[in-house]
Amino acid sequence: MEQYFGKAVKRVEDPRFLTGSGQYTDDLSLPRMAHVAMVRTPFAHARIRRIDTAQALEHPGVVAVITGQALRDANIGSIPPGWLLPDIKTPPHYAIAVDRVRHAGEIVAAVIAESRAIAEDAALLVDVEYEMLPAVSLGSAALASGAPAVHDEAIENVCFRWSIGDQAAVDAEFDRAAKTVKLSLRNSRLAPNAIEPRASLAQYVRASDELTLWTTSQNPHIHRLILAAFVLGIPEHKLRVISPDVGGGFGSKIFQYPEEVIVLYAARKLNRPVKWTARRTESFVSDSHGRDHESEAELAADDEGHVLALRVKTIANLGAYLTLFGPVVPTYLYGTLMNGPYRFRAIHCAVTGVFTHTAPVDALRGAGRPEATYLLERMMDRMAQELGQDPAELRRKNFIQPDAFPYQTPVALVYDSGNYEPALDKALTTLDYKRAREAQAALRKEGRYLGIGFSTYLEACGLAPSSLVGSLGAQAGQWESALVRVMPTGKVEVFTGAHSHGQGHETAFAQIVADDLQIPMDDVVIVHGDTAKVPFGWGSYGSRSAAVGASALKMALNKIRDKAAGIAAHLLEAAPEDVEMTGGQLHVKGVPERGKSFSDIALQAHLAHNLPEGMEPGLEATHFYDPKNFVYPFGTHVAVVEVDPETGRVTLQRYVAVDDCGPLINPMIAEGQVHGGIAHGVGQALLEHALYDEQGQFVAGSFLEYAMPRADDLPLFEIDHTVTPSPHNPLGVKGIGETGTIASTAAVANAVIDALGPFGITHLDMPFTAENVWRAIQGGKKAVA
Amino acid sequence: MADTVAITLTVNGVERQADVEPRTLLVHFLREALGLTGTHVGCDTSQCGACAVSVGGVVVKSCTLLAVQADRAEVTTIEGLARDGQLDPVQQAFWDVHALQCGFCTPGMVMATHELLAHSPQPTDAEIRHGLEGNYCRCTGYHNIVRAVRLAAEKLAERESTAAAG
Repeated sequence: MEQYFGKAVKRVEDPRFLTGSGQYTDDLSLPRMAHVAMVRTPFAHARIRRIDTAQALEHPGVVAVITGQALRDANIGSIPPGWLLPDIKTPPHYAIAVDRVRHAGEIVAAVIAESRAIAEDAALLVDVEYEMLPAVSLGSAALASGAPAVHDEAIENVCFRWSIGDQAAVDAEFDRAAKTVKLSLRNSRLAPNAIEPRASLAQYVRASDELTLWTTSQNPHIHRLILAAFVLGIPEHKLRVISPDVGGGFGSKIFQYPEEVIVLYAARKLNRPVKWTARRTESFVSDSHGRDHESEAELAADDEGHVLALRVKTIANLGAYLTLFGPVVPTYLYGTLMNGPYRFRAIHCAVTGVFTHTAPVDALRGAGRPEATYLLERMMDRMAQELGQDPAELRRKNFIQPDAFPYQTPVALVYDSGNYEPALDKALTTLDYKRAREAQAALRKEGRYLGIGFSTYLEACGLAPSSLVGSLGAQAGQWESALVRVMPTGKVEVFTGAHSHGQGHETAFAQIVADDLQIPMDDVVIVHGDTAKVPFGWGSYGSRSAAVGASALKMALNKIRDKAAGIAAHLLEAAPEDVEMTGGQLHVKGVPERGKSFSDIALQAHLAHNLPEGMEPGLEATHFYDPKNFVYPFGTHVAVVEVDPETGRVTLQRYVAVDDCGPLINPMIAEGQVHGGIAHGVGQALLEHALYDEQGQFVAGSFLEYAMPRADDLPLFEIDHTVTPSPHNPLGVKGIGETGTIASTAAVANAVIDALGPFGITHLDMPFTAENVWRAIQGGKKAVA
Repeated sequence: MADTVAITLTVNGVERQADVEPRTLLVHFLREALGLTGTHVGCDTSQCGACAVSVGGVVVKSCTLLAVQADRAEVTTIEGLARDGQLDPVQQAFWDVHALQCGFCTPGMVMATHELLAHSPQPTDAEIRHGLEGNYCRCTGYHNIVRAVRLAAEKLAERESTAAAG
C-alpha cells in the first residue's frame, strides 16, 4: 500500500476553493434573512447620555434597533474571559455598551433591516449623545497617576500583576556578572487581518427552541459553551455552532465576539435569520489585536559570553476588555518562553496587565511567544555586540546540549527534547555565512549597508496538558477529540475537534487514516467545524492540531485497528496477536494470501453475523487525547536586509529558515505554514502598526493606512528542516503553524540593527519603516559625529 | 425602496437580466443576486483584490465597479474558469504547488494571475510580484503563489506551442 505520511499529497480541499465553491459564512443566505449594521462609537471614552432610535426605526425596511439596555433587560450576560490569574480584575464585557464606551469602535446599537444597505443607511440615523471623557491608549500612560480610569474596579488601570522566576537568584547572578546589557523595547500592536472578515449568521427554530450559529470560528465548541452557558443562559444542546470554510484566523477567530451575541439574540427575538458581516474598517477596530508590550530587559553574562540571568519587566496593554485568552497570552505564553534554547541560571519576568481605551488585545499568530522571542533574541544580539562576538557563535555556545533533556528551565517549562546546533549549522551553510559577512564588509566600503540577523528560537506549543493549564488558571481543558466512524462499505468518516481554517486538515488527517487502515485516501473524509456532528473539542490555535488533534486521531485509529484485528482473527481462526495488516489485508502473519481486506472486516462488523463472542457490532471509536507535555519546536532563522541610508528603506534580500517540528505529515503543507508565518513576522518588523493616538483614535483603520506585506515586499524564502521527534506523542509531531512568526520578527529586527551599526544605532523600535529608519540614521549620524 | 435600473450582462457565458439599485456594487450583484459567492469581499477600500473578476476581458476589482457599469459586458468570475470539470491552467498550477491555504484570497489571485499572464506571458519573479501587488494573501507569504504563476506561465506556453504545432 502507498505510504501517505511524509508525502507532499496535494490538498483535497483545494478544488472547491479554486473553483469558487468554498462556503464561507458570508456566502450563506437563508429565506427571510435580515441583516445587521452596527452603530459604533467614534470616541474612545465617553458616557452615553441618550440613544434615540426613533428615526432609524421609521426608516423603510428597518426591522429593529437593539440597544445595550435591551440585552440587559433580556438577561444577556457578559462575555467572560477563559483564563484567570491571581487577583485579576474581570470587569464585565457586554455585547452592546450600556452607559459608557471604552474604545473607539465599541458597539452602541445594532440596526436590523431587510438588506445590508438599508441597515447601514439606518445606522446613520441612530442618534447617540455622548459626553466625551479623557482617554488613554498607551499601557505605561494608563499606569501613570491621574490617568483616566477604564474600569472603576481596576485601580490605576491594573488588571493583574504577574511574575515568574526567582528574583533573588537573578539579583545574585547580576551581582557577579562580568557583562550586562539593558534595552527598552516596544513590541508594536498589530491588527490580525485574516483576509476573510468576521461574519456570523444566526437562525432560530421556534418549534424546537433551537438556535444555529454559523460563524467564523477556530473553535466552534468553545463558542457554543460560552455563548450558550455563559452569555445567553440556555442549555448547550439548544445551540449548534457551525464554522464552515473559514478564511484564516491567526488567533483572531478564537474569541466570542459581541456581534455573535447580537445575531443570536436578534434571530430569537425576531424569529428570522440574522446575518452580520464585518466591513474591513470594522475589523480594524473590533477584531482582537495582538502584541503591544513595553518592556525593560537586562541580560547578564560571564566574560566569555555565557548567559547567566535575564530580568524582564513588561507592561502588557490588554485593551478595554478581557477576551478569552487575554490574560494568558502575556503571562504563561510569554514569561515561560524567556529561556529560549539557552542555558540560563536564573530568569525573572514580571508583567503588569493594563486596561486602556483601545480594542481588546489577545492571541495573534504565536501569541506571547513572538513577544518573548523578540525580546530574548534582541538581547542576545545586544550582548554579542557588547562583547564583540559573532551573534551566531554566541548563541551556539549557550545552547542546551542534546544530552541534557528533559531540561528544566528556570521559568517552569520542562523541555522534552531538542538538538539545536544542527539547525543552526544548516542555516549557516544555506546562507554561506562567511561569504555573507565578507559581502557585507565589502559593500560597506561602497556605502551600502547590509545587515544579517539571527533568531535561534524555541517555541512551546501543542496546548496543552489539561491538569497543568488548569493549575495555572485555565477555565478549560486542552485535550482534543477524534471520532473515527467506519461505514459498512469500509469508507471512513473522521470527526475531529481540531478546526482547519487554512491548515489543510482534510488532507493531512486523511493521510494518517489511510496509512493506519491501509485504505485509499479517497475513502476517508475529515469532518470538522460543526458541534452537531463532532464530539466536544477545543479547536485550533497554539499550533495544537497536529500534536494534539492528530494524536487523538492516531489513538482512535489504534482502537479501530485492534477491533478489526479481533474480527479478522475470528474469521481466520487465529489469535488476534497473530494477525497483521500488510498490503491492505488483515492476515495471519506469514500467510498474506489468506487475508481479509479492511472493507471485508467493516462489512462483517456491521452484519454481525459472525463476530467473536461478546464483541459489540459496529466499527467506531472515539478518543480524547490529553497531551503529557507541550511540544517544543525550534530552529534557526536568518534574515539579510539592505538599508538605503538616503531614504531609510529596508529591503529584505534573503530569508533562510531551518525549523524542527519533528516528522512532517505533509511537507508541502508544513512548508506552506512556515512561509506564511515568516511573512506575518516580517510584516510586524517592517510594515505593520496598529497605532492609536493619545486620545485613543485608531489611526491605521483601513488597508490604506495599515501596511501588510504584499508580494513585492518579500523574497522567495529558503526553507529547510531537521527532525527531532517529540518523545511523548504517538506521532512524534510538533507544531509548525506559528514558528515562522515567532522567529522572523526578531531575525529581521536583528538584521536591521546590524545594518545600522555603522551609524552607532544599537536599538530601534519596530516597525522599521523608511521614515523610522531614516530618522534614526539622521539621529545616529549626529551621535557618531 | 430606491429606484432600480435594468441591466443585461453575460456572466460566465450566460445572459442575465436584472433590476438593480444604481448604487449596487458589481461584487454584491454577483454574490447576492446571482449567488456567485466565489468572488469574495475582503476590504472596503479596493486594496485586497479578493473580488477580482474579468469584465470585458480586463480583470478589475468588482468592489470598485457598480453593477450598472457592467451593463452589456461579458463578465467572467472564478466559477467560469474550469471547463468540463477540468481546472484551467492557472487553477491547476495553484493546486499543484500549494499556492492557497484558507482559500479566501484565491479567486482574486487566480483572476489577477490571468491578467498578469495576458500582459506578460513569460514574467520574471519581479514582474510576478509587481503584478500581484494589488492582492493580499495572509496565509502563504506569496512564496508558492509566485511559483504557481511561473508554472502556469509554462503550462500556458506549452499549450500555445502545441496549438501552434497542431
